[in-house]
Amino acid sequence: MAEKRIRVLVAKPGLDGHDRGAKVVARALRDAGFEVIYTGLRQTPEQIVEAALQEDVNVVALSLLSGAHNTLFPKIVDMLHEKGMNDVLVIGGGVIPDADIPGLEKAGIAAVFTPGTPTSDVVDFIKKNVK
Amino acid sequence: MDLVKELLNGSRLALARAITAVESEYDEAIDIMKAIYPKTGRARILGITGAPGAGKSTLTDKLVKQYVKAGKKVGIVAVDPTSPFSGGAILGDRIRMNDLATNENVFIRSMGTRGSLGGLSKKSSDVVKLMDAFGMDLIIIETVGVGQSEVDIVKNADSTLVVLVPGLGDDIQAIKAGILEIGDVFAINKADRDGCDKLNVEIEMMLDLDSRKLAWRPPIKRTIASQDVGVEELVESLDDHFEYLEDSGELQKRRAERTRDEIIAMINEQIGRYIADKIVSSDSFAEQVEAVNRRESDPYSVVFNVTDKVLKA
Repeated sequence: MAEKRIRVLVAKPGLDGHDRGAKVVARALRDAGFEVIYTGLRQTPEQIVEAALQEDVNVVALSLLSGAHNTLFPKIVDMLHEKGMNDVLVIGGGVIPDADIPGLEKAGIAAVFTPGTPTSDVVDFIKKNVK
Repeated sequence: MDLVKELLNGSRLALARAITAVESEYDEAIDIMKAIYPKTGRARILGITGAPGAGKSTLTDKLVKQYVKAGKKVGIVAVDPTSPFSGGAILGDRIRMNDLATNENVFIRSMGTRGSLGGLSKKSSDVVKLMDAFGMDLIIIETVGVGQSEVDIVKNADSTLVVLVPGLGDDIQAIKAGILEIGDVFAINKADRDGCDKLNVEIEMMLDLDSRKLAWRPPIKRTIASQDVGVEELVESLDDHFEYLEDSGELQKRRAERTRDEIIAMINEQIGRYIADKIVSSDSFAEQVEAVNRRESDPYSVVFNVTDKVLKA
């Protein structure tokens, strides 16, 4: 009877006020049959991690355009682990220089999607990698 | 049952995981519900309903802040619609409640309707029970934005708050038969807009015409949730209603009815599942449908045959 439905938190950490991209991704994930929890702009890592916990999501999708990704993304991964959420898939998107991607992946970001990525790539990645 | 033990010990992660198991009908769901059931029945349950964009989430945010200030632990079940096409959903009620996200006395869970049409998810009341067992004093269920007839909330909550906004004009007529009947308390939100007095009069008139002559006359409160105006007065009215429920014996009555309704619904579901598994998928059922299509039989006879067989089984 089990009905597995993938739940994704789409979150915007930090201070930039642009969420068009996050909304487009949220809509694409909805159309792929996922339950998308969207929490709006300017979230602190604490808010994101607590929301991920309460909503028991399978995926945390972070969108960030301010340049603070090297600080905020790894911090969120660490805090998720501290709360016992070790099986959550964390992915990132936004204006992120290629040079930063290997470092982010090492810090536990499963994938980084930069501008121009078809939304279907994000959907496929989630379907393939969600635990 | 480690998950249940951890939940009862106050682990928020365990609560979150238990909700997922129950919502998704995992195999362990029934055992979880059985184990926590004795710990339920303590929390006060408040339903909040109203049209899309009426300000339910913003008002919930402000109400919860008042209750937290008064030392209460609050659970929120926020329901948004599931797409009938993809099965996906965008659950956006948290956007209005970001300040509450990190409050240790608050737990918010968003749910998709997953096919239910009454304004809630089929599993909303089970999630309420999990939060109740977890030790929440107050649990708020926020329905999807409703139209006329999504009134399931009234069967799931002790009190129901109906949130309205001025300026919908004649639409008030349209909703009279449905959701206006279920309010124990009314809030006219966005009360700084034109049409507030008119709406107020219309609701009062509707209440005057209620032939049931109930002991509780639903109060109408004006709020501007985004500016936190009128919220304290609304809390007072909600508390008054709960007190009325307790003092009049109505609370016990409502809860007893709810238990009965829930059991009946579960029996129906179980029987429905049996019919789907054992009968609808059988060859003989397909043959009978074929016969109806050829007009050699009729649906009423098939229904009789099937139910007769089930009842004898």
